[in-house]
Amino acid sequence: MKILVAVKRVVDYAVKVRVKPDRTGVETANVKMSMNPFCEIAVEEALRLREAGAAAEVVAATIGPAQSADTLRTALAMGADRAVHVLHDSPDPARPLLPLSVAKILRAVALQEKPGLVILGKQAIDDDCNQTGQMLAGLLQWPQGTFASKVVLDKEKQKATVDREVDGGIETICLDLPAVITTDLRLNQPRYATLPNIMKAKSKVIKKVTPEELNVDIRSDMEVIQVTEPPKRKAGVILSSVDELLDKLKNEAHVL
Amino acid sequence: MSWRAAARLLRRLGSVAAEPPARDHTVNSRRTFHWIPSPQHPQCGPRTMGRYDAQHSANKASEVQMHTFGSAAKQIQRNPAYSELNSDDISYFKSILGENGVVQDEDRLAVANVDWMGKYRGASQLLLLPKSTTEVSKILSYCNSRRLAVVPQGGNTGLVGGSVPVYDEVIVGLTGMDKIISFDNVNGILTCEAGCVLENLSTFVENEGFIMPLDLGAKGSCHIGGNISTNAGGLRFIRYGSLHGNVLGLEVVLANGTVLDMLTTLRKDNTGYDLKHLFIGSEGSLGVVTKISVLTPAKLPSTNVAFLSCNDYISCQKLLLAARRNLGEILSAFEFMDHHCIDLAMRHLEGVQNPLPASPYKFFVLIETTGSDGSYDKAKLEAFLLRAMEDGLVADGVIAQDISQASNFWRIREGISEASVKVGAVYKYDLSIPVEKLYDIVEEMRSRVGDNAEVLGYGHLGDGNLHLNILSKKYDDNILAQIEPFVYEWTSAQRGSISAEHGLGLMKAEKIHYSKSPEAVQLMASIKRLLDPNSILNPYKVLPPSVL
Repeated sequence: MKILVAVKRVVDYAVKVRVKPDRTGVETANVKMSMNPFCEIAVEEALRLREAGAAAEVVAATIGPAQSADTLRTALAMGADRAVHVLHDSPDPARPLLPLSVAKILRAVALQEKPGLVILGKQAIDDDCNQTGQMLAGLLQWPQGTFASKVVLDKEKQKATVDREVDGGIETICLDLPAVITTDLRLNQPRYATLPNIMKAKSKVIKKVTPEELNVDIRSDMEVIQVTEPPKRKAGVILSSVDELLDKLKNEAHVL
Repeated sequence: MSWRAAARLLRRLGSVAAEPPARDHTVNSRRTFHWIPSPQHPQCGPRTMGRYDAQHSANKASEVQMHTFGSAAKQIQRNPAYSELNSDDISYFKSILGENGVVQDEDRLAVANVDWMGKYRGASQLLLLPKSTTEVSKILSYCNSRRLAVVPQGGNTGLVGGSVPVYDEVIVGLTGMDKIISFDNVNGILTCEAGCVLENLSTFVENEGFIMPLDLGAKGSCHIGGNISTNAGGLRFIRYGSLHGNVLGLEVVLANGTVLDMLTTLRKDNTGYDLKHLFIGSEGSLGVVTKISVLTPAKLPSTNVAFLSCNDYISCQKLLLAARRNLGEILSAFEFMDHHCIDLAMRHLEGVQNPLPASPYKFFVLIETTGSDGSYDKAKLEAFLLRAMEDGLVADGVIAQDISQASNFWRIREGISEASVKVGAVYKYDLSIPVEKLYDIVEEMRSRVGDNAEVLGYGHLGDGNLHLNILSKKYDDNILAQIEPFVYEWTSAQRGSISAEHGLGLMKAEKIHYSKSPEAVQLMASIKRLLDPNSILNPYKVLPPSVL
């Protein structure tokens, strides 16, 4: 069985993000870019499933400009077998690639690769959409297990048992394969890219395609008009008496 | 004791005193020319035993003997020439600093009286918190006239007992002087007060696209004034060099209250003797640094960190040579640690992951590169490491793929010091040794202390600087006897420095002769007498009392 893992190149989690002066988007020039942390967890899970014998091959895929190949190389250095790079440059920051377009492209890739399982991060840390996995499952008409904190694969029965982290607690569901799983933080601790694996990764194949070749129309029907920083938090005020508190609640905050 | 008297005495004791090796008068003359050696005594100064220790990092102190030992060879008596505090003094200080600037509260004093390791404890009754250079000047001028001893205190993170009182010296803490005065964001020149915390300065200049030229594990607490007064080295030394090169100007208050304004922001200024160098590294014994101007290098966008394991120490050395050659201008850190350090870090630090769990290897190296082109640097580092693996220098390794992974690697290296304090008692030595011999002392020390203690070796291999730590459950004179003076003699024999970057402080105040010639020490004493005739600044430290 093959596992397809989709990864995204985003601004590194530890970077202090700033809005561009022209307010068209976030500053990404000269800023460290890395693989989305949830995508790292997805790659790690796929590798563990392969090492446990539940899958034979792990294929990493990404959609983005030429530099996104770095993200794929990281996935390969972690241990993925092959990679697919869907080239897409978004020169217009007002029309970035949105989850629906990403899901359409991944659907095309999945139909080509025919994996038994598609694993994605639950959301990307740049847009926090949390939509791609769910949309992909819908387009493919496959079952989905999102916010996975545990995945157990049964190869003979072709089923996946997924523990999902939901607001009410942990929900355990059973999916028929092929299925889509999105990873949550507590699923695993991603491995480091070791030197021997980095060496091996140099000879691994990255297939390049374009959305046109996949027959996917990714025209965006949404336009970003403005990006601004949230208003700065005002300092708190220390009050000296209950009367002052009541006065402020009544006359300033208007809650009484 | 004057130089002449000492020389006479030594001649008389010719046969008894240590035999110096062939006198060579090269610049870094390292004759093992000992002053009359004294028997080892644990230092039991007027420490208040059983006093509640408010310092959080010394949380093991209650399990460790409260007996604060010192490496001082003999018991230092409180110099009776210093006056004792009286109520008139307190009133005067209150009149110039205000009520908030004069601290006599027991709990706050308890914290200020103990060093970061919980090893040295003073008995000061007064902590002063000036807010401006004028206030510092008035304090010192008064203390000089009254002959009150003073300890300048920054972040109190020093490791040789230089930042806490020995007896009842008045502590002058500069935490209130933490303003950034100006920043030239074209040339990267930062001017600020001495009480600024290093991490805050880092954050500030990084926002402007620059970085501080030094970085150390204590950055969250240490003050830049203290860093300069101790000529701190740190993790970036290999790339940006010493503070002697990066500090452009200082404002210093001398012992008699004179304000010496040398706060220039010029890169080049060859007018007269460059006095600031006297104060950089003099550990607060020649003057109190109040303002600084420092050159900050440009922040380069691409950083890569690799964590590697090597079979033996020779490989680490060869790797350093290869790194210098192949990574060249982008190399920004080269740290090494032995597997004892990694084990310790994993046991005692929270939230760290072992980058090479399956590695049975003995030595680990952390390499960092910083450059302007991300993909070029990464390719260069990968190529270098893969070749190093093929050549057998590197047994295994990982490269950080994002900033969190890089921080994890650094956390391990920076946390070794913190982790070692949690074991109990730490005997810390900071030595400059020729790189080929660097690890030999660790192995010798291991065989000397045997099962009684754990010996760690780690440090800035790129600078030839070893941090030798010997850990045990509690401070024990038997263990100390195994360590000293052997470690100093060994280092001296290798023509190394007994204090690469930590300074002399109280811990090594009697040890300067292992690394400096008597003539040099005499000149230092003359300078000290010139700048501080009443010897009120940080007494009992840095220079041996016998030369003053």
